[in-house]
Amino acid sequence: MQTLIINGQNYQVDAPESMPLLWAIRDLIGLTGTKFGCGVAQCGACSIMIDGTVVRSCSTMVSQAIGKNITTVEGTSDSLEALRQAWRDNSVPQCGYCQSGQLISAAELLDSNENPTDEDIDNAMSGNICRCGTYVRIKKAIKEAVELKKQA
Amino acid sequence: MKNIEMKRRDFVKILGLASGGLLFGCNVSEDKLVVNTLEDGISFVPNLFIQLQKDGKVIIVVARSEMGQGIRTSMASAIAEDLEADWKYVTVQQATGDAKFGNQNTDGSRSIRTLLNPMRKMGAMARTILEQAAAKKWDIAVSSCKAENHFVKNSTTGEEIFFGDLVEEAKSIPIPLDEDIILKDKKEFKYIGKKVIRGVDMEDFLHGKANYGLDARLPNMKFASIARSPVTFGSVKSYNSSETMEVSGVEQVIQLDRLIPPAGQFFGMLGGVAVIANNTWAAFQGKNNLNIEWESGLNETYDSEKFKEKLISRIHNKAKVVPPFRGNVDKAFKNADKVIEATYTMPHLVHAPMEVPNALAWVRNGKCDVWAPVQDPQTVRAEIAHFFGFAIDDITINVMLLGGAFGRKSKSDFVVEAVALSQKINAPVQVVWTREDDIQHSFYHAQNAQYLKGSLDENGKVTGWLHRVAFPSITSSFKPMSNYIAGFELGMGFTNNPYNIPNLQIENAKAESHLRIGWLRSVSNIISGFGINSFVDELATVSGKDAIDFRLDLLGKDKISNEKSPHPFNVARLKNVLLEAKKLSDWGKQLPKGHGLGVAIHYSFYSYVATVVEVSVKSEKVKVENIYSVLDCGMYVNRDAVINQMEGAAIFGMSLTMFGKISTKKGVVEQSNFHDYQMTRMIDVPNIHVHLVDNEEDPTGVGEPGVPPISAAITNAIFNASGKRVRSLPLSDHGMV
Repeated sequence: MQTLIINGQNYQVDAPESMPLLWAIRDLIGLTGTKFGCGVAQCGACSIMIDGTVVRSCSTMVSQAIGKNITTVEGTSDSLEALRQAWRDNSVPQCGYCQSGQLISAAELLDSNENPTDEDIDNAMSGNICRCGTYVRIKKAIKEAVELKKQA
Repeated sequence: MKNIEMKRRDFVKILGLASGGLLFGCNVSEDKLVVNTLEDGISFVPNLFIQLQKDGKVIIVVARSEMGQGIRTSMASAIAEDLEADWKYVTVQQATGDAKFGNQNTDGSRSIRTLLNPMRKMGAMARTILEQAAAKKWDIAVSSCKAENHFVKNSTTGEEIFFGDLVEEAKSIPIPLDEDIILKDKKEFKYIGKKVIRGVDMEDFLHGKANYGLDARLPNMKFASIARSPVTFGSVKSYNSSETMEVSGVEQVIQLDRLIPPAGQFFGMLGGVAVIANNTWAAFQGKNNLNIEWESGLNETYDSEKFKEKLISRIHNKAKVVPPFRGNVDKAFKNADKVIEATYTMPHLVHAPMEVPNALAWVRNGKCDVWAPVQDPQTVRAEIAHFFGFAIDDITINVMLLGGAFGRKSKSDFVVEAVALSQKINAPVQVVWTREDDIQHSFYHAQNAQYLKGSLDENGKVTGWLHRVAFPSITSSFKPMSNYIAGFELGMGFTNNPYNIPNLQIENAKAESHLRIGWLRSVSNIISGFGINSFVDELATVSGKDAIDFRLDLLGKDKISNEKSPHPFNVARLKNVLLEAKKLSDWGKQLPKGHGLGVAIHYSFYSYVATVVEVSVKSEKVKVENIYSVLDCGMYVNRDAVINQMEGAAIFGMSLTMFGKISTKKGVVEQSNFHDYQMTRMIDVPNIHVHLVDNEEDPTGVGEPGVPPISAAITNAIFNASGKRVRSLPLSDHGMV
């Protein structure tokens, strides 16, 4: 049995050593907000944060997260709440599937950069594919979230 | 009560006729429509789509699949509009697959086009009953009762009563006659055409609570991953699963035979070797560890590059001439001042929705329950009945959210797989495709080649137009040996060429299929949109005219076609979107060095689109800087969702233009994941400007029409920026991305 700390809660899992975190979180723990998209860290749908750093959970072993703080889209933070508000205001999602990963990648950006430039946004977000093509809204919403966070 | 029951049924039947039989074209069972027999006994249920509870909560049933187009929100808001419901009381319930809901097939950009008025009528019917209920309660004339934002008001006294407090009274009110159900005046709209409605799934999306097919869970469910023949329609010769069984979590390995659909319907399944495990990862690992010898079969020879050459040679020779036959192209070419010709090609494409194909099925006690992301749940149901022998009423298709679809999820093969496995293992099992499975075993958009030949007179006017096209038909997935393009495919831009050309000839060349061919967002409009818009641009260049002026002239006089169609083609609307795009893009403006503008127009799914693209070309590399798209889809419901669709269509079109290519060697698809089947990413994204034409026309398609003009608008812009004419896609083949 291993203990994973996800969004501040402890979960006991019995995961095989080689199992990526994505499947421990989805299939063993049952938190399905983190999505499977490619399995090879190409699309970003499975993005989560470990101690504040974004990783692709499809390609990160359970063992790398033991004892660390995992944040998924079910979690919260100042950045996530600001982003959620901006996502609402801009009606960002279409199918919504990739948005868990988009929000997590954007949250890391906002946590680490008070005034991201367009280039910063491009760099932070280019690992996350949105097949519906909501990118222009994501970009706009990130900029608005930056302002919302400052006002908060 | 009997009287009411009859009338309710009649209402539905009348509505069915009024909507062209689309909504309720089938037998509607009586009990589903009767108000007072509902189990809870506390709600008012005037029809299949609305349930009003005493606390005022309105549950609206949406029978179309949500795949990002926002249909759950727009259908619900159409009903809420005419119901005079307050949006804050509205929740949405997804319908299961059932013919009683009418046609549920979510494709062809037609949900709003065909269902806006029928759904509004459902709302209006309930509103009328609530007004009558209030009149009865107050014992006043119904003309003094007016529903407004979840209350009925007494216009004489100003008194008002909450919708929820009318539930009991409403139950005893007979269904109003059809002529007494009046739709709201458009001027009074507060939801339809407005911007403010928040999507019904928004909070779930933002908190990871939205339930897609892949999120369906049952106690003690199993997970399955299937190895399928690398060559389409190959079969298992032998396999060894000993290494698979060593994977922790793997429980069993099962061989699945291919299920071949009967001619003309259904999808069947490819078959292969399935690994059943207690989690998805173990199933994937188990599959990777299988040792399988395949019998590849007839498609083993399929090499898409060689096939491209074959298609090109075919379109360079005379093919089957198809209607419309207009004038005499040979004569036009002979008498021309100038004749030009060009050949265009595009490879196979795949949908690659972010959520891979998947389905959870549970077969037990002669019943079959499915939870899956499907665009066409009734076909899924019928297909399961056909292959597994269940009575249709014993099959329940729970339609989950679709994490993207783009046509992939109207094919039910992945559901058939899950049902076959659940039946074999007597447990609920979720079949999960890997991304590699999705890229390599899809129903592909067809590889294609087009030859165009056109003639100009001495004034630069187009006198003749020959258009030969070849691509494997979607029909081949339903009927073997279908080696020519079907009429419905040619009808997407080829045979309904919008230009006023006196001598026009369309030819259909042979093309066999060696992969499963299917429809992908915008279907063969992608092909015609690229070919025709590229060639018109080439003609304009040769004639020395401005690309927009040339098109306006070529479209000819304003007229509405006399074709038999629910929405006849109106050339004035196509010209109008082109003029609007000219304005929006500031066409003709001074551009930085290395930049160029390109234009394209396309009519599809009864909607009119014009797109102008600005690119920059630097050291042979193309960057899309701006996309300006104008859409005339008539009346629309959710303004912001329509704009979002157009933005998404631009990105979808960019992805296929820059990178989109599925190729095969020895029958095997060469691409496998997003590293070699690439998508447009944030770093590539241009500014996207969308303008919607506001008019009172009937609503037409939105999800697909934005895609077809993109490719040619980009390549035309590249020509204007660099002088290089790109006639084969994707741009990555030319080292331009």
